[in-house]
Amino acid sequence: MANSPLMLTGRERAMTGWGRTAATVANVDAVSSVEQVQKIVREAGPRGVLARGLGRSYGDAAQSGGGSLLDLSAMNDARLDAATGTVTAGAGASLDALLRTLVPAGFFVPVTPGTRMVTVGGAIAADIHGKNHHVEGTFGSHVSSLTLVDGQGEVRTLTPDSPLFWATVGGMGLTGVITEATFDLIPITSSLMSVDTDRTTDLDDAMGRMIEGDDAYRYSVTWIDSISPSGRGVMTRGDHASVDQLTPGTPALAYDPQPRLTAPKVIPGALLNTLSVRAFNAAWFRKAPKHRVAELQSIPAFFHPLDGVLEWNRIYGRGGFLQYQFVVPDTSAHVVPYALKRLRDIGAPSFLTVLKRFGAANPAPLSFPQPGWTLTADVPARIDGLANVLDELDTLVLSEGGRLYLAKDSRMSPAMMASSYPRLTQWQEQRAQLDPHHVFTSDLARRLSL
Amino acid sequence: MMDALGTPQSVLVLGGTSEIALNTVAALPRNRLARVVLAGRPSPALDEAVQKVRSIGVADASSVAFDALTVDSHGAIIDAIFDAGDIDVVVLAFGVLGDQAQSEADPSAAVMVASTNYTGAMSASLHVARRLRMQGHGWLVVISSVAGDRARRSNFVYGSTKAGLDAFAQGLGDAMQGTGAHVLIVRPGFVRTRMTAGLPEAPMTIDPQDVARITVAAMRQGRSLVYAPAQLRYVMGLLKTLPRPVFRKLAERQG
Repeated sequence: MANSPLMLTGRERAMTGWGRTAATVANVDAVSSVEQVQKIVREAGPRGVLARGLGRSYGDAAQSGGGSLLDLSAMNDARLDAATGTVTAGAGASLDALLRTLVPAGFFVPVTPGTRMVTVGGAIAADIHGKNHHVEGTFGSHVSSLTLVDGQGEVRTLTPDSPLFWATVGGMGLTGVITEATFDLIPITSSLMSVDTDRTTDLDDAMGRMIEGDDAYRYSVTWIDSISPSGRGVMTRGDHASVDQLTPGTPALAYDPQPRLTAPKVIPGALLNTLSVRAFNAAWFRKAPKHRVAELQSIPAFFHPLDGVLEWNRIYGRGGFLQYQFVVPDTSAHVVPYALKRLRDIGAPSFLTVLKRFGAANPAPLSFPQPGWTLTADVPARIDGLANVLDELDTLVLSEGGRLYLAKDSRMSPAMMASSYPRLTQWQEQRAQLDPHHVFTSDLARRLSL
Repeated sequence: MMDALGTPQSVLVLGGTSEIALNTVAALPRNRLARVVLAGRPSPALDEAVQKVRSIGVADASSVAFDALTVDSHGAIIDAIFDAGDIDVVVLAFGVLGDQAQSEADPSAAVMVASTNYTGAMSASLHVARRLRMQGHGWLVVISSVAGDRARRSNFVYGSTKAGLDAFAQGLGDAMQGTGAHVLIVRPGFVRTRMTAGLPEAPMTIDPQDVARITVAAMRQGRSLVYAPAQLRYVMGLLKTLPRPVFRKLAERQG
């Protein structure tokens, strides 16, 4: 059986995004030095190279069928400069690991998404946002320098004065392999959050109160009961608590983010349906206080509640799920209730539906956030009629000047991509400078003709 | 790339005028279907098939000259198609019924049936499998036949070629485990097509549209073998257990 082209080498791994859909098989190489990355890039085969972090992109952004996937988790050194409030971290360092070091030292990451299980490299490549976008922008906006291995295997240091820096921020790993980055931190005096919670009676109520009040809060998000036709919800807003808000004697910077539960391996497909989500959503809504001010919450409870359940993505069963996230300008707020209604029409149960306001965009051509409303909804992939309803919503989002988030996308069309990111061609020209032969590619890049 | 909802972007049909394959293309979710390549012997029928695919909204529909019997050319033809972009679904649908009596009278006619249905299909499948393994994803749909489940007096030349192809495709499916590629074997019963025109219909006869629907559903469910119609699985399971004299009698009556 010598040299059979069908034989496996043992390096193959079936990969999906967090939504567990559209698996492809790639060769995984763990690397621990910049030199190793350079060597793999220089010897790249026809299916290319891509860095993969912790696989929290929902769709196919961090997979590449037949290609070489780099695991940089060993490149996770972090050097804190407390005097300037910055950290220099290897691209494979997770926000989870960083927080364990930074919080006790009195610092917080500039931006965290709803999970701390993302890497620094992934945070830059997807230009992630968090509950503070309306005030502090994306993760990439806080990066002062990054190191990149480009398509020729050359090491480059990029800073925000270069367009190539901004092509890499939000560039989905397609401009090169980020190996290290330096970024600003938020100084904190306690590890607790001071949180105001309000039940919102419907979408108008939530949106009105967010427009009026968000500017007074560093962090703000509203969870929506997607099954209730009213769109009732729970708005949580807050900031890092100052040390004088704490009961005297409590350790101010203690941080213990241990997960408590693991989702079971085998989940009956029927567990997640409209009925169970209705029950969950109702309970979640009632559990929230009508109005409560300055409640002290832990960092994991406020930012990362789902990280408390390891592998929670399994609850959607074998068919997997997707997360639909769009942004539309403030003047197109009507898209939000319409999108929720269309998802309700096809009986798409979602327990993770959140609404947030974005602030100003940054210069990155493929960065997702722009001023306006962003709605995020989880949907099981095997809902009848889902493809057509989402295509219909894409058309609406596009016509209102909005777009979808590449780190969440797993199904938009190449035409939608090109029209909703009008600076795509500009990004492609910049990418050509960094990677003229398209060594870096992904299933997402192939699917969307990037 | 196949997307999260199981919608393909590109399809290759080997045997580009096959009614089962063309109906399968039409039955696939089409929201993202942008490229369909129909490989077959150049003919007005092949051009017509390209037009038909274009008419259902596929922007990039084209034909490629391909002859199952010219196995030496298969590699270059299939490589060129995959070099132009990933193929999400390959439907291997070429095949001839042959004429059993003519095959018995002229064994070289029997060999032609085998060269098309079995060795030609084996050659094309191996080239496709090599490319699917390289790209780390994709489906190879092999149109087999219940005629391969148990040889019958009336068409054992055809039946034996499908039996060979079917066994080959089973092994190929096992070989593709862990490569990201999938092999789906479709075993239709009697299907109303050009190939069977003029023959007496068997029980459970279906149309190519039915085979197409069953094939697309089987891919969606991630299956490796499906009968069309599905109930034939039980019928063939039973027929295979019959003692030969009994089966012979039954087959004689069926024709």
